[in-house]
Formats: sequence, C-alpha cells, structure tokens
Amino acid sequence: MSLIKIALAGEGGQGVQSVAEILAEAAYNENKQTIYIPNFGLEQRGGVSIAFIQVSDKRIGAPKFSKADVVVALSERAIGRTAGYSDMNTLFVYDSGFMVKPEELPREAKKIIGIPAVDTANRQLHPKVFNIIIMGTVIGLTNVVSFEAAKEALESKLAYKFEKNPDLRELNFKALAIGKEMAEQSLKEGVGSNA
Amino acid sequence: MPKIFEANKKAFITGNEAVAWAALAAGAEIMFGYPITPQNEVMHYWTRLAPEYGKGFLQTEDELSAGFTVCGAVQSGKKAFTATAGPGNVLMQEPFGMAEAMRLPLFAVIQQRGGPSSGTVVYSQQEVTLTTFGGNGEGHRIVYSTATHQEIFDYTIKGFNAAWKYRFPTFLLGDGYQAKMREPLEMYNPEERGIEMVKTYPLVGLEGKIGEDREPQHLCNIYSLEEELYEVVMKFAAEHEAISPELVEYEEKECEDAEIIILSHGVVSRAADDAVKILRAQGIKAGYFRPITLRPFPQKQLREAINRRPARKLLIAESAYGQLDRLTKQEIYGETVAIENLFMPGVGIIDYDIINKVKSIL
Amino acid sequence: MGMIAPAIPKSWYLPSKPHKFCPGCGHGIVLKALGETIDELGIQDQVVFGCDIGCSLLSWNFFACDSTQTHHGRTTPVMVGIKRSRPELITIGYMGDGGGYSIGSQHLLNSAVRNEKVTLILVNNTNYGMTGGQMAPTTLPGQKTETSPFGRDVDLTGYPTRGPEFIAELTPDSAYVARATVSKYKQLRRFLRNALRNQMEGNGFSFVEVLSTCPTNWRTNAQQTWHFLEEEMEQYFPIGEIKTPFGKGDK
Ligand SMILES: Cc1ncc(C[n+]2csc(CCOP(=O)(O)OP(=O)(O)O)c2C)c(N)n1
Ligand code: SF4
Ligand SMILES: [Mg+2]
Repeated sequence: MSLIKIALAGEGGQGVQSVAEILAEAAYNENKQTIYIPNFGLEQRGGVSIAFIQVSDKRIGAPKFSKADVVVALSERAIGRTAGYSDMNTLFVYDSGFMVKPEELPREAKKIIGIPAVDTANRQLHPKVFNIIIMGTVIGLTNVVSFEAAKEALESKLAYKFEKNPDLRELNFKALAIGKEMAEQSLKEGVGSNA
Repeated sequence: MPKIFEANKKAFITGNEAVAWAALAAGAEIMFGYPITPQNEVMHYWTRLAPEYGKGFLQTEDELSAGFTVCGAVQSGKKAFTATAGPGNVLMQEPFGMAEAMRLPLFAVIQQRGGPSSGTVVYSQQEVTLTTFGGNGEGHRIVYSTATHQEIFDYTIKGFNAAWKYRFPTFLLGDGYQAKMREPLEMYNPEERGIEMVKTYPLVGLEGKIGEDREPQHLCNIYSLEEELYEVVMKFAAEHEAISPELVEYEEKECEDAEIIILSHGVVSRAADDAVKILRAQGIKAGYFRPITLRPFPQKQLREAINRRPARKLLIAESAYGQLDRLTKQEIYGETVAIENLFMPGVGIIDYDIINKVKSIL
Repeated sequence: MGMIAPAIPKSWYLPSKPHKFCPGCGHGIVLKALGETIDELGIQDQVVFGCDIGCSLLSWNFFACDSTQTHHGRTTPVMVGIKRSRPELITIGYMGDGGGYSIGSQHLLNSAVRNEKVTLILVNNTNYGMTGGQMAPTTLPGQKTETSPFGRDVDLTGYPTRGPEFIAELTPDSAYVARATVSKYKQLRRFLRNALRNQMEGNGFSFVEVLSTCPTNWRTNAQQTWHFLEEEMEQYFPIGEIKTPFGKGDK
C-alpha cells in the first residue's frame, strides 16, 4: 500500500478526532505505519476541528500535508475550511444534505461526492452514529484499513459503552457497514458527484 | 530500579505521552511544570502515572518557579525534570542559566511553538537559538533535536544520563507536531537494552556529621572578581569542548556524491529525507545531513560531508527564519560551499517544498 | 441568572461578534456587563482595555475601545505602565485566575501595595480554561482537573486562593476590592461601575474578581454548570464589596 493521506473536518462535538483516532488505531493494529495529528490551539475554540491521518507501508515523512487523497467535511463550515486540501487527485466528500455555495467547494478534485450521512443516521440508525457512517465511508473510499480491523478498533475504543448497552455494538457496526457501502456505491456510479 | 515495562512495549501514542513514559523508564523521580500548549500532556500523563509509581509532581505558579524547583530538586540528588514551550521557555532561561552556572544536571523537554512572544500555540522551530544559547552565558548546554517518537523516547533516557554524567543542563528539543501527533514506537526498560542509568547524588543534604565526617557544602553562583569568573567560564568551555566528540550525534545519507546537501533538524528532516529520495529518483544528486545534537554541533562531520564530492550547495531548511542557518554558519565558518535557505517560520515543511526549492536553485 | 438587557452595548466592536467563547461560558457575561458600564459612564474613548493570555485573550477585539493583548500574567504591569505614563486614560486589565493569581501574582501584589490607579477584572473559573483545564490557584478542594486528576489534595497543594480578601489586606482605604458572580448580573454591573469610578476619581487600586463558568473544562451541562457556580463556588468564595470608598459596601 502506498501512502494514503486523509483529512477529516467538522465541528467540535461531532467526534472528528475520535473517528480519526479509531481509524489510526485500526491502521496501527494492522501493522501499518500511521501518523495522526489533530489541529489544535486557538482556532479550535469555535473553529473547525481537523484531523490529519497518514497511513503507509513505508516510513512516513512530514506529519502534515498540503493535499489529501480523501477529504471529508462533516459540516458546512468545514467545506470551505478544507477545500484547499483538495487537488485533482482528491476525493472530496461532504454531506449531501448541506446547503453549499458552489464557490465553497474545492476548485480541483478527482471527484466531489455528496453522501446522505446525516439523513441516513437520523432515519435509519441514530443521529449519534453519523460520524461512524463517515468512518465507514473513508474505509469504503480508501481501503485504508480492513473492515474487520475497523470493527475491532471500534470495539476496543467503545468497549465501556458497549458493555453498558450491548445494542450500541450492532448500531455502530451497522453504521460502519452502511457508510462503506455508500462510498463504494458512489465510486461505482458517480452518485452525487458535483452535487 | 523497578521494571516499568514487562517486555518491550509497542505503542501508538503522542509524543508528549512518550516523554512521560520515557521519563518514568529513565527513573525520573519528580516533575515540576506549568501548563503551556503544546506540552500540557506531558504533565497530564505524568500526574496520572505518578501515584501508581510513587513519583512526585508539582504544578508551580509559573515557569520561573518550575525551573528553579528543578534546580533545587537536582541539588538534593533527585532525578527531576520539567517541560515547557515558547514564552515558558523564555522564562525558564533564568533557572536554566543557574543550572549552567552551577553545573546542575537539569533535564527539560521543550516543545517549540511559534513566536515571537505568545505567537501561536501550534508548531515551529523558533526556539533553537533560545534553547542552545539561552540567556547571559555561553550556552554550555546539551541539546538533542528529535524527529520521531522513537527518538523522543530514546533521547529522553539519554538526556537524563547526559545531564547527570556531564552536569551540563540538557534539553530535548521537540515541537508542537511531535508533541501532539500519534505514531508508533517501542518502549523499553533501558537496562534491558544495556543502557546503564547514571546514578544520581546530592549536592546538598549530604550524609554525615559536619565537622567530623565532612565539610559543609557551599555552592557558589556569583563571583566578586572578573578574573574568578573568567577562570570558571574558561574551565566550563574547555570541558564542554572536550566532551563534544563523544556527545555529538548526526545522521547523514547520500552525501558521497551529492551536488546539493539538504541540512535540516527535528521534524523537518523527515521531509528532507523524503525529498532526497524523490530527487535521487529523478536523477538529482541530493544528500541529507541532520544534526541530532544542535549543541554541541556536529561541525566536523558536516564539514566532511560537504567536502566529499565536494557539494556545490548546502540548502538549509527550517521552520524558522534562519536560526539553524546562523548556528550552522558559525560552526562551519570558512567553508566555501554556497548556502541557500528555505525559511518557513512557524509552518510545517513538506518534501514538496524542499524539492521545489532545490529545483529552483540547481 | 440576572437580567440581561437585550440591547447591544455601544462600546462593543460588532465585526468581532458573535464572540468565540464556548457556549455557556461566563466570560461573555462579564464582558457584556463591562460594555454596558463603559457606555453608562461614557468613557469609551478614554478606555484602554488590556487582556491577558487565557480565554480572556479572545476579548482582544471585543470592544470598540483601544485594546492591547499582553502576556500570560503580565496585564497588570502593562496597564500600570500606561496609567503611570498617561494618567488621563482609564486602564482596564482583564485576566483569568491563573494569569492573575498564579504567574502574575507578584504583579498583582505589588501594584496593590503601591495602590496603582488601575482597574483590574479577574475571571475566576477555578481552572486554566485556555490550556485545557489544569488546576488553578482557585480550584476547589477535591475538584478534578487535568493536573489534579484525582481531585485537588489540599495537603499537597494548599487551599484555593481568596484573591480579593488578600488584596484588601494589602491596600489602603482608597482602594476598591470586590467579588462578583455572573449569576448576579445587576450586582456585577454595580461592582464594575464602582471599580471604574474609583479609578476615574483618582482614588486608588480597583479590583473585581468575578466568579464565572467554564462548562467545557468542567464537563458540565447547563444545569450542572449553574449548580457548581451557585452551590459550590459561591459558597466557598463570599460575594460582596470587601473594601470600598463609596459608603458601607455591599456584602
Ligand atoms: C509564560 C506563559 N506560560 C504559560 C502560557 C500558557 N497559558 C496560556 S493561557 C494559560 C492559562 C489560562 O488560565 P486563566 O488565566 O485562568 O484563564 P482562563 O483561560 O481560565 O480564562 C496558560 C498557562 C503562556 N501563554 N505563557
Ligand atoms: S474553555 Fe472555559 S473559560 Fe474558555 S471559553 Fe470555553 S467555557 Fe469559557
Ligand atoms: Mg481560569
């Protein structure tokens, strides 16, 4: 596997950093070289939270990057904030339910993909697993980790919650699977491209 | 010393966490600190580990106090340390100066952030001059600039040993990226790797009855005669120079036939390493040189690297406006290689930046 | 919570709104009260507002008043420098409990002893908010923070600093010293007015500590936040005017 660079961005409280951490952990558990760094500092307060993840078979260089292979914007504000990480090799993903001004979308992208993650979470699952759908989407788009490794990492991260409420396990795994399917579908069909 | 790890322990953690574990593995006994981003988590992890391992911690009222409490603790014979950044590093220059003047085995972790002043809390390499030369004095210090979490772990252990062996204040120079990012490393008990931990000993509070078993200790930090101070500083300088050959560490790659050598330190060297690989693949004869010790500086080794082919150009890349550049120029004074620079104060440098620069100057 | 007038203070700088404090943060209430007080006294053009490094730094462009951002703990001497050089200006230093009582404590102490004619407002939220919730001098006994993860142990780290009480001991009668809370808005307004009047009349040092909320680092919901403020903090730190040249004072 060559280097995969992923930027996840959203509002504080959307669990961007947790998702990034679980993904990075899963990659590490698969014995891949992995780096994960959050943006931090002042801009975090009231600003957009961004997670930078890199996974590779080989040693990874600089901890940050200027262009990503996959950018996922989990909020409307995050779109404008992350458009700059996109170039002609980037899959740029956002929620198809967002009200987006065309000029905010990246000027360059391999593909711009709208995914109904919020809607699917609200209707079929639970609003809280929205971010797990996104995690599934990233896996579907990149194969950065195997589905099994992702499940294991989720399990270990959320063990205490699953213990209290075993139904949550199914809910999370389902969200992960749905996210992955939506991603694979969108790659096949070009669904929502340039929405 | 009790074992911290059952066996070699692989981990996927932040650099700050790696510092806390390494300090524990090195047998550190007490930490003094004051909150500042991006070093906070060193304290956060240490405060969680401390009770379990019988270690001490005090959050002081500021960095002056944190630095001076470390000066006190090491005088009492304890393996003590602190961690800071940016304006905290500025304030600590007073206690670091005391450690320099009194040859105290102080160890501090510096996670550089942007400046001047409060600047940004995120990342930079702008504390090179401050950490290597500090305040009023001659910079008789030892400074390790790390690039990976494995090195953070290794050089924290080494740093404590260097401080106690040579009695020069010793620093691990990291940055906000290294502090906050997660990457894999292997943690270990130093003894199991054949690393002997240097024994600590008190400078005050010695055993024995004064007048019978021993003389009282009078530690001096001020001199009334210029000549006295001169003697002391000259002695320190001679000692610092004498130990430099055994302390100096560096990394060199592909310099044998290099037309251009990229010089960088710390986290930027990761990008330089990648850049050299890519440039070589494109047929450009680039080399890589990285001082690991910024103080003492591997000047002899850098001169040799430059003069192998010899290289036509030396490109100095750093996330600062010429701090490594100034340090290097004074260390290799007299070399005729053309020195170019890529100064990006306060922002990260990636392989792409370096490759572009190289192509623009070759 | 007290009454908050819906009108936006004239002395607010509108391009910097909405402000960047977390939802439920007390800083916004203190600054609102300060804005209204500046309006009421008609001193917008004479004020120099200085903020510390801490969450208070987010107020660097909060007011349409000349403002300066200082260093962590150093707002007091910067304000003293301005006041000593230009006594006609009205200097307002705005800082956190960490900035004021910890790293800047020597400045607070010495400027109080010298009875400097500045007004200082210190926001007590029992922790270091900006850096992610470490222990502050004001952290309550047993309170968990990032650097007191098992609760503040008073045997190891002492008792919470009672700033106004300590400053009252250091200052002459012409000083003004009070502790307010964001849960009593009208009283907060009155204390801020007195603290500014005291400087304007050239009497002496003026200091108001304000008990405030930090739901982000306390990890509390709205109800728990107000409970902690009113039932824990206000019990430990008595509200009132401790020293005032204006009559008997409000205990
Ligand atoms: C010399 C120095 N040391 C440390 C810091 C890091 N720092 C920034 S804000 C802060 C604490 C803020 O706490 P407080 O003053 O209580 O304000 P709050 O954020 O709670 O409002 C610290 C320690 C700094 N900026 N400068
Ligand atoms: S961290 Fe606390 S003090 Fe700072 S803005 Fe948020 S709630 Fe307010
Ligand atoms: Mg505070």
